[in-house]
Amino acid sequence: MKLKRNIAISDSGFVFNPSTGDSYSLNPVGLEILTLAKAQKNKDEIRQYMLDNYLLDLDTFEKDFDDFANMLDHFNLIEK
Amino acid sequence: MSKKQYERPVIQQLRTGITSKFGAAFESQALTHIDGVAVKDLIKEFGSPLFVLSERKIRENFKAANRSFKNRYPKVQFAWSYKTNYLNAICKVFHQEGSWAEVVSRFEYDKAIKNGVPPSKIIFNGPDKTDKDLELAASNHSPIHIDHFDELYRLKEIAEKLGRKIKVAIRVNMDTGVYPVWDRFGFNYENGQAWEAIQKIINSDTLDLVGLHTHIGTYMLTPNAYAVASSKLCYLAINVKKSFGKVVEYIDMGGGFASKNTLKGMYLKGVDVVPSVDEYADAITSAFLNAGFPTEDLPFLYLETGRALIDDAGFLLGSVIANKRLSDGRKATIMDFGVNIMFTSFWFDHKISPAQQSGGYTEDTVLYGPLCMNIDVLRENISLPPLNTGDQVVVHHVGAYNITQSMQFISMRPAIVLIDRNGKANVIRKLETLETLEKDELMPEYLEKIDL
Repeated sequence: MKLKRNIAISDSGFVFNPSTGDSYSLNPVGLEILTLAKAQKNKDEIRQYMLDNYLLDLDTFEKDFDDFANMLDHFNLIEK
Repeated sequence: MSKKQYERPVIQQLRTGITSKFGAAFESQALTHIDGVAVKDLIKEFGSPLFVLSERKIRENFKAANRSFKNRYPKVQFAWSYKTNYLNAICKVFHQEGSWAEVVSRFEYDKAIKNGVPPSKIIFNGPDKTDKDLELAASNHSPIHIDHFDELYRLKEIAEKLGRKIKVAIRVNMDTGVYPVWDRFGFNYENGQAWEAIQKIINSDTLDLVGLHTHIGTYMLTPNAYAVASSKLCYLAINVKKSFGKVVEYIDMGGGFASKNTLKGMYLKGVDVVPSVDEYADAITSAFLNAGFPTEDLPFLYLETGRALIDDAGFLLGSVIANKRLSDGRKATIMDFGVNIMFTSFWFDHKISPAQQSGGYTEDTVLYGPLCMNIDVLRENISLPPLNTGDQVVVHHVGAYNITQSMQFISMRPAIVLIDRNGKANVIRKLETLETLEKDELMPEYLEKIDL
């Protein structure tokens, strides 16, 4: 999952796509994942970080991460 | 190092547009307890989904409404509308508070009798009364509210057969300024039909006109409609006295007061726009007191209030079965209760609260029931915290009509508990089982065996 380079993310979870003018809001976990993605972390690294830092099991991560990634794709925020 | 609490990651597109000047809905606030009993404990003990009724709230509602009317008018009698919720335990709470019974079918009539209501305090309404029903009600001296001329003539025959006069009222429909006019119940006021029915009764030797009744509508948001209806019925009653020297003993204003639910398409929440019972009471009693009755002829005011007395005392607890993503990117959550037990979701946007604490973030969600039917949509759009499988929710304002109109379909109907004034949860109807469902089924012998 590679975030488009020009996507801006604020500390409060506000996301702005300057190409389209669309803006989005993230909840804290969404912000954490998107910040990791912005820092070029791949899915394996994000998974490890999340399992190390959150009360979370592997299946839940996989299910939620895939859904989240699909939504980022739906909103045209990641590179194809 | 302790790990952080996890919540499903959510991203939502921000859309510009007209927002409500009254701010966002507060449906993200958790409701963890009902009358001091934990929702999770109720579900653990009685299963999910589960209807929960608060006895404390029912009694509070009744006392407030009774006080509201009796402070304004000297002769008031409530009759519990059985069709709104005819669980025996619920009916008994209202009867303990002093409510008579208002029924619209024979089985409701029988239920009221079994519940210990004296027959003379069971108002028999509705368009469907068989000759046997009428004979029984007449023999029992129950007030019978005539719906149509066919019933009027049948009652005359029954009175002759019984060899005595039958006490009756007529149901009157009218234009109250709220449209469409509910003109299907009873006799029309404006075209003279109601007066014609009155004349036929007064001129008969067998029927005794004791009351006038109306049922102007349901979820009426305009107290003035009741003022108009009250004035018209009072005018009829005064004219009965003038023309025939007959005092009408009571005027029954029916039901229809709105509960605090929000109708689909309403801009504002029900809690912000629904009139208080005081406003309805003001409208009705002012019309009665200003109608011109001599003090000794003031009629009793009967009320068949249902929805407004019980809707907010009822809750439906449920659990999340699954989350999924729809083709257009919307989030969908499947609950374990559907429209078959939440019939009013077809016209109300019920308030739904999570039953556990969560972060302050919400996401727009379509809420589906568990039925394998496309119509099983509980809320087309609701803003809720991210819910996971097994999380619990509380649906508000389901005390009226949902239990009486719920149907067994695909899934069994849930148990119903009443939380009493001591905070004890009492089962007042058990969870349906396959045995319940098949109890009255019969199998022809030739179909007993199958060979696959």
